[in-house]
Amino acid sequence: MNLYARRKLINNFNMTISVITTALGVIFLAWILIVLVVKGVGAINWSLFTEMTPPPGSAGGLANALVGSLLITFAAVIIGTPIGVMAGTYLAEYGEKSFFAESVRMINDILLSAPSIIIGVFVYGLMVLPMGHFSGWAGSVALAIIVIPVVLSTTENMLRLVPTQMREAAAALGAPRWLVISNIVYKAAITGMVTGVILAVARITGETAPLLFTALNNQFWSTNMNDSMANLPVVIFQFAMSPYDDWRELAWAAALLITTLVLGMNILTRVLMRSSGKA
Amino acid sequence: MSSTRASTLDDANNASPINRSKLSFALGDVAFKYSALFFALVVLAIVVGIFVMLVVQSMPAWQAFGAGFITGDVWDPVREQYGAWPSLIGTLVAAAIAMLIGLPVSFGIAIFISELAPEWLKRPIGTAVELLAAVPSIIYGMWGLFFFAPFFAAYIQPGLVAVLGPLPLFGTLFQMPSLGGSSGVSVMTAGIVLAIMTIPFMASVMRDVFQIVPESLKESAYAVGATQWEVVWNVVLPYTKTGVMGGVMLGLGRAVGETMAVTFIIGNASKLGTSLLEPGSTIAAKLANEFNEADGLQMDSLVAMGLILFVITFIFLVLSKLMLMSLAASQEGMKT
Repeated sequence: MNLYARRKLINNFNMTISVITTALGVIFLAWILIVLVVKGVGAINWSLFTEMTPPPGSAGGLANALVGSLLITFAAVIIGTPIGVMAGTYLAEYGEKSFFAESVRMINDILLSAPSIIIGVFVYGLMVLPMGHFSGWAGSVALAIIVIPVVLSTTENMLRLVPTQMREAAAALGAPRWLVISNIVYKAAITGMVTGVILAVARITGETAPLLFTALNNQFWSTNMNDSMANLPVVIFQFAMSPYDDWRELAWAAALLITTLVLGMNILTRVLMRSSGKA
Repeated sequence: MSSTRASTLDDANNASPINRSKLSFALGDVAFKYSALFFALVVLAIVVGIFVMLVVQSMPAWQAFGAGFITGDVWDPVREQYGAWPSLIGTLVAAAIAMLIGLPVSFGIAIFISELAPEWLKRPIGTAVELLAAVPSIIYGMWGLFFFAPFFAAYIQPGLVAVLGPLPLFGTLFQMPSLGGSSGVSVMTAGIVLAIMTIPFMASVMRDVFQIVPESLKESAYAVGATQWEVVWNVVLPYTKTGVMGGVMLGLGRAVGETMAVTFIIGNASKLGTSLLEPGSTIAAKLANEFNEADGLQMDSLVAMGLILFVITFIFLVLSKLMLMSLAASQEGMKT
């Protein structure tokens, strides 16, 4: 075999492997989604939304977990978004390349990559131990800590995309800096900033580990954020690991719900970003 | 401005509306700037708070076992004897398996997306890979426990044992476990599922850094007759190797800290097995399983393991930052 044929052979072999690996990735995604749909669709019915999580061995729904998840997530976004937006504003508009701003960026990356279970341990020590009981608020704070770095970095990136001329034009009309930022820069960057918040919601929707030590679970209907609270991820964890068929079926239904929501939000952010890119 | 001035002319010695609005503008500026600064400090405080909390809460464990806590291989709540070694090694081994599988696969995917795929296929494949990254980890856990692990035990495990088991030294890693071999719950399956979870992250970082290679560099290589593979291996990869390593470190950080998927699949054994096909444990899985039922020294020891985990992910993050930064720096150098 001459050199030329050998090189062609190596090339074809490696490129074939490249195609196979991509096919593998797509196959695994398809496998997971098909399993979810097959196992989940059968378990989805109206009582899922009207009945409470059942004791072992009987049928029931996920109503309390759905409401709990909704409340905890909503509070987490309300707590985390302003912090992320303001801190991101500081980095993009005031801090820029100063040493302090660079350190905050570094710290933010640490927070972004910190294992979520560590955040659970932190909030357990911060809130659950001093208060003496698990609570929905503790769960919200834990999730808010995951929201902050996501919102912060998208806010900063989006604000940096706003042309400096717009700021200068507004400043030339006599607008003070805070009005320039809040009335001009935010308005120009709003799509990107909303995208960041949706991405953050998508990320915390399926987060289980930080809720295990904070909100825990509650078998009953509860809208009291000051007490332990049912939520979808922890229900999935407990029900899927259990030996009871009814529970496992509910776990699959909840898994399908969560995945649909998360993937839907991810696709929505793509559409938003693409449409704002064209505008 | 001029209209404001005209309206206040009637009341000539009363210029206060302008002054007042100037004052409120200035106050607003100060208030806005410092509240932005305050929230930036909050971010700082959270991370410092996490570290301090972990150190303070784990103090009793460090006092009881000293540095030997890291290498202690007994985890026995009855005798109040705790050591991090089995979980620490489980964490590192599962992550290593994830990287051994995930690195070549994500490299292949990145090559496919950036070099091979026709234009119309690039976006859908890229999107599919990124959606794989968005699936919550607990879903990977359920799928892994109920579908992948049994599949692995039935079709892949016997092959691994038959082919790799008889090898000297290396073979001990692939002995059929004495118990629970049929469920497929093991360090190996956890590592494979971790690989599937980290591939999207590594593949998209690699794709992004591959795209910064100047077209003219690649075209010159093609012009002298290089094959696609030779362009990737000899032009693209040397140009981007620090970026690729940065992506790998990012994936490694995720693999080490991943909790829910691993908790489902690894089997949560407290002892360190010799075979990869036996159940094991990782720090994150140990925390998820025992934290809520623990108190006293067991709780402190769990937090101490959390501290170790935090430090490990911190190291991986810093390494990945340094590598991505040196890639950016070398790019700056090439431009000038």
